[in-house]
Amino acid sequence: MAKKVAFLQGNEAAAHGAIYAGCNFFAGYPITPSTEVAEVCSLELPKLGGKFIQMEDEIGAMAAILGASLAGSKVLTATSGPGLSLKQELIGYGCIAEIPCVIYNVMRGGPSTGMPTGPSQSDVMAAKWGTHGDHPAILLVPASVQETYEEIIRAFNLSEKYRTPVMVMPDEIVAHMRERIVFPEPGEIEVVPRKAPTVPPEQYKPYDTSFGDVPPLASYGTGYKFHVTGLNKMQDGFPTTKAEIVQAEEERQVRKVNANVDDIVTFEEYLLDDAEVVVIAYGSTSRSARYAVNAAREQGIKAGMFRIKTFWPFPDKQIKALAGKVKGFVTPEMNLGMCTGEVERCAQGKVPVLGIFRVDGEPINPDQIVAKIKEVK
Amino acid sequence: MAFDYDKYIRPGKLPHIWCPGCGHGIVMKGLIRAIDSLQLDTKNTAIVSGIGCASRLPGYMDCCTLHTAHGRAAAFATGVKMAKPEMNVILVGGDGDGTAIGGNHFIHACRRNIDMTYIILNNKIYGMTGGQFSPATPTGAKASTTPYGNPDPPFDIAKLAIGAGATFVARGTAYHATQIDKLIAEAIQHKGFSVVEILDDCPTTYGRRNKFKSVIEMMNHLKETSVPVKAAEKMTAEQLQGKVLTGVLYKEEKPEYTTEYAKVIERAQAK
Repeated sequence: MAKKVAFLQGNEAAAHGAIYAGCNFFAGYPITPSTEVAEVCSLELPKLGGKFIQMEDEIGAMAAILGASLAGSKVLTATSGPGLSLKQELIGYGCIAEIPCVIYNVMRGGPSTGMPTGPSQSDVMAAKWGTHGDHPAILLVPASVQETYEEIIRAFNLSEKYRTPVMVMPDEIVAHMRERIVFPEPGEIEVVPRKAPTVPPEQYKPYDTSFGDVPPLASYGTGYKFHVTGLNKMQDGFPTTKAEIVQAEEERQVRKVNANVDDIVTFEEYLLDDAEVVVIAYGSTSRSARYAVNAAREQGIKAGMFRIKTFWPFPDKQIKALAGKVKGFVTPEMNLGMCTGEVERCAQGKVPVLGIFRVDGEPINPDQIVAKIKEVK
Repeated sequence: MAFDYDKYIRPGKLPHIWCPGCGHGIVMKGLIRAIDSLQLDTKNTAIVSGIGCASRLPGYMDCCTLHTAHGRAAAFATGVKMAKPEMNVILVGGDGDGTAIGGNHFIHACRRNIDMTYIILNNKIYGMTGGQFSPATPTGAKASTTPYGNPDPPFDIAKLAIGAGATFVARGTAYHATQIDKLIAEAIQHKGFSVVEILDDCPTTYGRRNKFKSVIEMMNHLKETSVPVKAAEKMTAEQLQGKVLTGVLYKEEKPEYTTEYAKVIERAQAK
């Protein structure tokens, strides 16, 4: 039987992908350019018995998904720039209390209200450093409508597997462009369930590390009575200021993600085998980069592309390895050098890193990238 | 036989953090008696709070407890209740947490009329941070950030709740300890968003700055300045000057949010 296909916008694909992943609770607040996710969820979730709620503000939406997740739901919120800034408070809560949730943020121009209808890639650092304190970060940056659908599913899986908030950030171009999408059959893409407790309620501790760095999470209303707080906590969930416990718990929360980069980090290698100049790109910019690499090859330049699909954790290992082999990196991005700084860190001074930065609300075009490729000597 | 509070308290979690003379423990005992009188299943009861002295209350209770971020209790609780409408959801917090930083979530929870009970322990001050004025601090009062007297007018929290759409609003005081459980129990039984404001004392950060010589004096002040709604009906405006009304101040039957959302699901599935 032929698979179901559709002509969808990135935002619509995100909502449908979430539903495939088992999302049954959405809370949001209207904001351009992500509102279509809320609109589709308000239409589709109740058909499946799921819940949609439009909250009074962005922080409230973040709070509602965390509360619903603790009550056993698979939860999503969607926002953009200023909304992400507001949500940061409770993204940190999700990190320290270790509550699975997915935050879909469409990158528009900033800071502040910026350019609500223009594309940008300037929230990638906010995904890692936006909420205060040390915490894990997982950020996926899809480059197409199909990939947005698939990466939302992966985001749900990672958030359940590692019991932490996961962000998906398309730029506004990916979020609003329409492409053909082929829907997977039920069961075709793995959906990871939450690790439920195996001990009876009286023995349950919500942060019991005898089960590893990712302890099982019970749901409210299933017989398990437990305490959740945003304070530094002990294994039983109650607050503590004991130095050795706080240190160990903080380290575990970051380690549970950073020790599993090989499971989390994904990327695409395009014509890298013999490449001398490697364009490192993500999101819609990678589409211009692919075109530019092909154009450069036609002109006899051995160019290739390393496409970042998982921005956090950053693909350090892969880029460090490339730095030992190539003549230089070109890093086009719709911000003033956020990814470029990370690539420079990984290049360790071995090869030049030539950035192309646009923050004018226009996409980076292939000619710009080809010209920069030619600058690598 | 004395009432057994211990069966609702988590083993090993006492003593509490509250100062000697603080009324929060009186309110917690009232909440426990209310839960007991209604025979609520503690496995199916969530107690949600924000940040502040009052917000530490859930940690002592042997229920599903959620100590959220400053001001956010109502929004977290809305998520819990929407996800599991069959759960009893009780919110606890202070005046600053609930009506300043959490004011927006508070009024919208009232507006939705979602079936939860919000117990606001109003001691008119930010106690945990050392006594800064809150939206409930009386004009002229001294706080650590109003050294020349408070220029701000206070909220009437109960009126705010009624104006925002809460369908059950009651007020009690920490002095009238034996009424607290009855007000809370009636609030929990009410189908819709219910608010119980308990006027409370903070001897440590409010009393000593505002010429209360003792906790007893603060408790007597709560007694002398409050009038039951029934008694107030027979009093003149002059007699009621400077008094606050206690008891059930407002009650109304209106469609409840999770029930209405269940109808949304029915309509979506009928198509």
